[in-house]
Amino acid sequence: MRIDRTIIVLTAAMAALLAFTPFLPNWAMFLFTVSLCYGVVVLGMMLLVRTGLVSFGHGLYYCLGAYAAGTLEPLFGITELAVMIGSAVAVTAIVSAILALLLRKYRDIFFAMLSLAFSMILYGLLVKTSSLGSTDGFNVTVKTLFGLHIADTAYERYLIFALTVLICWTCAVLMHFYLKSHRGRLAEAIRDNELRVEYMGASVANTIHLHYVMSAVLAGLGGALMAVSVGHIDPEMAYWTTSGEFVFITILSGTGSVLAPFLGATIFESIRSFAYEYSPNTWQMALGITMLMVIMFLPGGLWSLFKRASRRVA
Amino acid sequence: MNTVLRALRPLTTGLFSIAAIIAVVMLAAPSAQASDKPIRIGLVTFLSGPAAGPFGVPARIAAEAIVESLNAGEVPAPYGSIGLSGLPIELVIIDEAGGATKQVAEFRNLVERQKVDFVIGYISSGDCLAIPPVAEELKKLTVLFDCGTPRVFEEASYKYVFRTRPHATMDAVAGARYLLETRPDLKSYAGINQNYAWGQDSWKDWTAVLEVLRPKAKVTTSQMPKFGAGQYGAEISALMRSRPEVIHSSLWGGDLEAFMLQSTPRGLFRRSDLLLIAGEPNLHRLVGNIPDGTIVGARGPHGVFAPKGKLNDWLRRIYKAKTGREPNYPAYSAAQAFLGLKAAYERARLEKVKSAIPMAAVEGVKEGMEQAYQMPNTEEVIAAFENLTFESPSGKVMMKLGKGHQAVQGTAYGTTRTVGGKIIIENIKYYPVEQVQPPEGISSIDWIKGGLKPGRW
Repeated sequence: MRIDRTIIVLTAAMAALLAFTPFLPNWAMFLFTVSLCYGVVVLGMMLLVRTGLVSFGHGLYYCLGAYAAGTLEPLFGITELAVMIGSAVAVTAIVSAILALLLRKYRDIFFAMLSLAFSMILYGLLVKTSSLGSTDGFNVTVKTLFGLHIADTAYERYLIFALTVLICWTCAVLMHFYLKSHRGRLAEAIRDNELRVEYMGASVANTIHLHYVMSAVLAGLGGALMAVSVGHIDPEMAYWTTSGEFVFITILSGTGSVLAPFLGATIFESIRSFAYEYSPNTWQMALGITMLMVIMFLPGGLWSLFKRASRRVA
Repeated sequence: MNTVLRALRPLTTGLFSIAAIIAVVMLAAPSAQASDKPIRIGLVTFLSGPAAGPFGVPARIAAEAIVESLNAGEVPAPYGSIGLSGLPIELVIIDEAGGATKQVAEFRNLVERQKVDFVIGYISSGDCLAIPPVAEELKKLTVLFDCGTPRVFEEASYKYVFRTRPHATMDAVAGARYLLETRPDLKSYAGINQNYAWGQDSWKDWTAVLEVLRPKAKVTTSQMPKFGAGQYGAEISALMRSRPEVIHSSLWGGDLEAFMLQSTPRGLFRRSDLLLIAGEPNLHRLVGNIPDGTIVGARGPHGVFAPKGKLNDWLRRIYKAKTGREPNYPAYSAAQAFLGLKAAYERARLEKVKSAIPMAAVEGVKEGMEQAYQMPNTEEVIAAFENLTFESPSGKVMMKLGKGHQAVQGTAYGTTRTVGGKIIIENIKYYPVEQVQPPEGISSIDWIKGGLKPGRW
C-alpha cells in the first residue's frame, strides 16, 4: 500500500491543531482560525493558478459567502452554523457557475480584470445598501451548531475553530485527490498548451468552468468561516485589496502542494500580526519587504523551500 | 522501510514547522506574571490611510501628550493625581487601518498578547460595531473614543464597552437648528456626501431633521460621490444647476479639501451657502478656499467651541507644545476618553476605600484595609463608569445613554470668517443636550421623525 505523504502531513497537522490549540492562548487560536480561513480561499486560488488563471476578484466569493451566511439572521432569523455554511456554498456555487459562462472565455489580464470588475460590482452594491449597514457592515452571531447551543459558552471559540480545521482538512484532502485525478492533471496541461489539450479530446472550457466554480466555493467557505469567527462582516471583503491579499498569499505560498496555501496563510497572518505590534507605523512595509524577498529569492513560493530540502535529502 | 521513512519525512517537517510556529507564538507572548504596574492602555487609532491625517494622528499626538502630562501629575483639578490613581500609564499604540477583520484580530492580540488593562480607540464606525462583541467575550473594558454611529448602543447593549463622545445624531439636529435660526424661511437645500456609511447616515439624518423642522424646504439635489473620489466636476455642476440656498456636506479630510479647491473658483458659493458637519479638523488647511459665513461644527463642543476653563487651556497648551497647532476635535475626543477612564477609575478606588471595614471592627481590620487599598478591578471600574458625569476640556460629559455607557453632551455651531490669513469662527451658538440628543430608550431616527421632543435629563 502506498502511503501518501501529503495526506499524512495534513492529517497530522489537523490532529496537532485540534489537540494543542486548547492549550495555546486565545489569540493564537484566533490567528490559526484566520489563517485557515485565508488558507482555504487560497487553496481555490491555487487551483486557478495551476490552470493558468489569476483572479483579482476572488473577494467577490469571499464576500458573497460571508453575506450569504451573515444575512440569514436579519432575513430569516437563522443562526445555525451548519445552515449558514451550507447557504454560503450554495450561493457561491450558483453565482460562480453563471459568471463562469462568461469568464471561461478569457485568459491572462482579461480574466484578472473581468473578475476584478465583478467583485467591485458587489462592493458597490453593498456600499449602497444602507439597510445592511453600508461600509459599516453588521455583526454576525452564531447560536447553534447542529442544533447544539454554543453561543456564549466556554467552548464556542474552540468549536468554531475545530469546525474550521475539519472543513479545511476535508477541502485539502479532496483537492489533493482531485489534483491527482485525470481532470485535475489537466490544469497544468491547460496552462502550458490549451490547443494540445483540445486536440487530445478534453474540453478546456469545461475544465476551466469547473475549476472556477470549485475555487469560488472554497472562497465562499473561507468567507463564511471568517464571518462567524470574526463576528462582523462589511463590504471591504469584496474590495480589490482583499482580492489582492489572496493573490499575495498565493504567490507567497507557491502552488506546489495543497499544504502550501495553509502554510503561506499562517506565515502571512503571523508576519502581519507581529508587524502591527512591533512597527505600528510601518507594518505595510514589513509585508511589502516579505513579498519582495519571496519574489526575488523564492520565485516558486515558500513551498519551494520544502521541495528543495526534500530533494537534497533524497 | 525506505518508503516508510520517506513517507515520514514530510510528516516530521510538517510537525516541526507547526511546533516552530507554536514556539515562536509562545515566546513572543510577554510573561503572564508581569508586575501590576504601570497600567497599560492600548490605543487604537488611524496611523495610515486617509483618516490618519485629520483624525488618527491628531488623536495619537493628543493621547501621548495627555499620558505624559497625567504621569507627571500636571493636569488641572480634578485630575491632579499621577496617572490613574497614582499608577503611571503606559501606552501601547496600534494602527486602526486594515478593516474590521484585522481589527478584531489585533484587538485580541492587544488584550491577550500585550496584556493591556484597558483599550481606548476606534475612529471608524465599522470598527466600533465589530469590536464590542469581542470586548464582551474577552471581558476587557474598552472605551470607543471617536466614532459616531448611534447603532453601537441602539442595536445592542454592552457591559464592557463605553463611548465617551456623544453619537452623531446631534450633528444634524444642531446643524439644522442653527441654519433655521439664521434662515427661518429656507426654501431649498442640497447635499454632497460621500457614498459610504458616514456620508449616507449624515444625509439621512439631515433630511429627516429638516422634514420635521422645515417641511417646506425642498431638496434640489443629493450628490453622493464615492469615498476618495478627488474629482468633483460633475457634482459641482449639478449643485450649481440646481441652485440650492444651502449645501449640506459631511465631507472630511482630503475629499473636503479637493471639493473646496474645485468649487470655490467656479463660484458655487456665490450662489449657495455651505454647511460643513465635520469641517473643523481641516479648517486651517482651507484658508482662501472657504467662503465667509460657512456654517461649521466640530461634532461636539470641541476646539474653538470648547468652553473656557483650566482643562481646555491645559489641553491646548500640551497639544500646541507638540505640534505648534491648536488641537482639533479628535484631540478633544481622545482627552475625553482618557479623562473619563481616569474619573471612573479613581471613583471606583474611592468607593472601595469608603466601604472599607471601619476601624472599630477589630476582626479583619488588616485584611479589610489591605483589600480596600488595592486597585479596583475591571468590574468595579465599570460600576463607577456607568452613569458617571465628569469634566473634560469641552465641558461636562454625562454617561447617560446606552444604560449609562454612552456619553451625551451639548454641541455648538458657528460661522467662519477669514481674517489676515487665519480662519476664525464667530456667531457661535451652543445647543444643550435636550435639544440635540434623543433620550434613553428611543432610536435616533424615531426620535427625529417623532418631532425631536426634548427628553427629560
